Amino acid sequence: MSNGTDVTREVPHDRPMAGEELADALRLDGNAAAGILSEIFLPDLTSARATCAGCGAGRPVGALLAYAHGMGIVVRCPACDCVVLRAARTPTRIWLDMRGAASIAVGVTT
Amino acid sequence: MSESSGVTTVDVGSRAAPARAIPQIRWRISTVLDVVQETPATRTLVLDVPEWPGHRAGQHVDVRLTAEDGYRTERSYSIASPPEDAHVALTVERLDDGEVSPYLTDELRAGDRLELRGPIGGYFVWSVAQGGPLLLVAGGSGIVPLMAMLRHRELALANADDNARYGIPARLLYSSRRWDDVIYRDTLQRMAERDPTLEVTFTITREPPEGWTGFRRRIDRMMLAEVTWPPPERPHVFVCGPTPLVESAAAALVQLGHDPARVKTERFGPTGGRG
Amino acid sequence: MSESFISRGFRGRRQSAESARRIPPGQYETHDFPVLSAGPTPHTPLETWNFIVRDAGSRTATWTWEEFGKLPMEEVKTDIHCVTKWSKLDTVWEGVSLDALFADAATRAGIELAPYVLAVCDGGYTTNLPLADVMGGKAWVALRYDGQPLPPEHGGPARLLVPHLYFWKSAKWVRQLRVMEQDQRGFWESFGYHNYGDPWREQRYAGDE
Repeated sequence: MSNGTDVTREVPHDRPMAGEELADALRLDGNAAAGILSEIFLPDLTSARATCAGCGAGRPVGALLAYAHGMGIVVRCPACDCVVLRAARTPTRIWLDMRGAASIAVGVTT
Repeated sequence: MSESSGVTTVDVGSRAAPARAIPQIRWRISTVLDVVQETPATRTLVLDVPEWPGHRAGQHVDVRLTAEDGYRTERSYSIASPPEDAHVALTVERLDDGEVSPYLTDELRAGDRLELRGPIGGYFVWSVAQGGPLLLVAGGSGIVPLMAMLRHRELALANADDNARYGIPARLLYSSRRWDDVIYRDTLQRMAERDPTLEVTFTITREPPEGWTGFRRRIDRMMLAEVTWPPPERPHVFVCGPTPLVESAAAALVQLGHDPARVKTERFGPTGGRG
Repeated sequence: MSESFISRGFRGRRQSAESARRIPPGQYETHDFPVLSAGPTPHTPLETWNFIVRDAGSRTATWTWEEFGKLPMEEVKTDIHCVTKWSKLDTVWEGVSLDALFADAATRAGIELAPYVLAVCDGGYTTNLPLADVMGGKAWVALRYDGQPLPPEHGGPARLLVPHLYFWKSAKWVRQLRVMEQDQRGFWESFGYHNYGDPWREQRYAGDE
């Protein structure tokens, strides 16, 4: 059952993918985390700027790499592959781990 | 009261005009107004979404289906319609062994209801206020959010003078397997015909039509070099489609000298999906 | 109880009757082998790959790929169950049982056993198990799947195989087993998922009975 942390697009065959090519093709963008994050944060987090706790690189969350594992979504730094944030949904809670983000800067409208 | 989640919540909606400026995304039940067959495998659903807060071109919705036994599943679909439209249009491409897309393309009909939440995503968005030039690169159903951008551009610039339009030129490079698989093909051609500031380039990788003189191969660096503006023009670039296409095109654009911060990507995952 | 919206005409996945008794509650059978990915696929070259068993006293036993290949291998035919609800029946693996592995570890380095195990993997993934659940023919380090060397996207060159528990416990790209006095929750166990994970009792999430 999809719980919002799966791969969420059904893309028809160009040529059937298998093996490692398939595993690499499972990569998504930080966009893919926008849905589950919208249940916790009111402003959209994908346009917020995150600083990677691993390498210090700063990027919008939407520009990070997302792996929609199925058990949770794991968002990684494209420069060093460190987990910047992860989110998982259980029947009663949404779990959020943002230890990999040294900071998150969300734009505000005055 | 929200009936869809089983949890009692207060419906705030736009009516209540709360102090906060940001609308909360919540599950809503939309009504299918119309279904439009775009290609043999693709269909657009035109939806009436109650109290839709409006959206930006490039955003998506999450669609949730619930079977009688309570089984539920969700998928994301990019919004095909521009923010200027009253209704929300989603264009869905059918994956044969998909769990959700065959339901949306084969079963759903006008009058049915569809549960969704959105709009979602504030990074992969564009509006004329951001300016141009605008370079759009699409593979397969990756055209959908980019079409919302082009439709928005056309409507927003409809009453603009030439200066404004030439100030935000747009180019689309769109890869499809077959001529008949090109989603919005006729519409895109007509849009380009009536707007000299819009260029549309197709590449047909598997079965080009008879007499086709255009590109016949997968998007690569050489093709992008021909289509794009030079990096000093600093185009806003949006690349969308299956992950391998997006990664290779984005890498090529950066190699050509475009600022990585200006190249925004929305990967759709593997071709063949996981249903 | 508020009324829930039903999508007219939506069926979801169907179940075949014959396999039903082998499929734990809430699962459906798949004939694919879905790849679930939480990060980039690790690619440790076999020349630099090693496997370590470490005990609570910090004694370590280490095997190179060649040495690991000399350990006794068994064929295992089993059903596997993923917490994301798919089950795959009659999967065939070859691997080294943890019984054999720990026996060799004791011989090589005097490794002493303790009640808990933590698997540590390339890419940083971890999962924890009681020792009792990996001994007595219940767990292997698998090197081959379906007659072929285990491919990288499924955890190759070596993964844990613990089929009686949800498949997140069968950690891909395993490099180290730490034997410990205290239980230490792994990547998913510390993030909403059940610490033990018995599919027959549907122990998916923390707090499930």
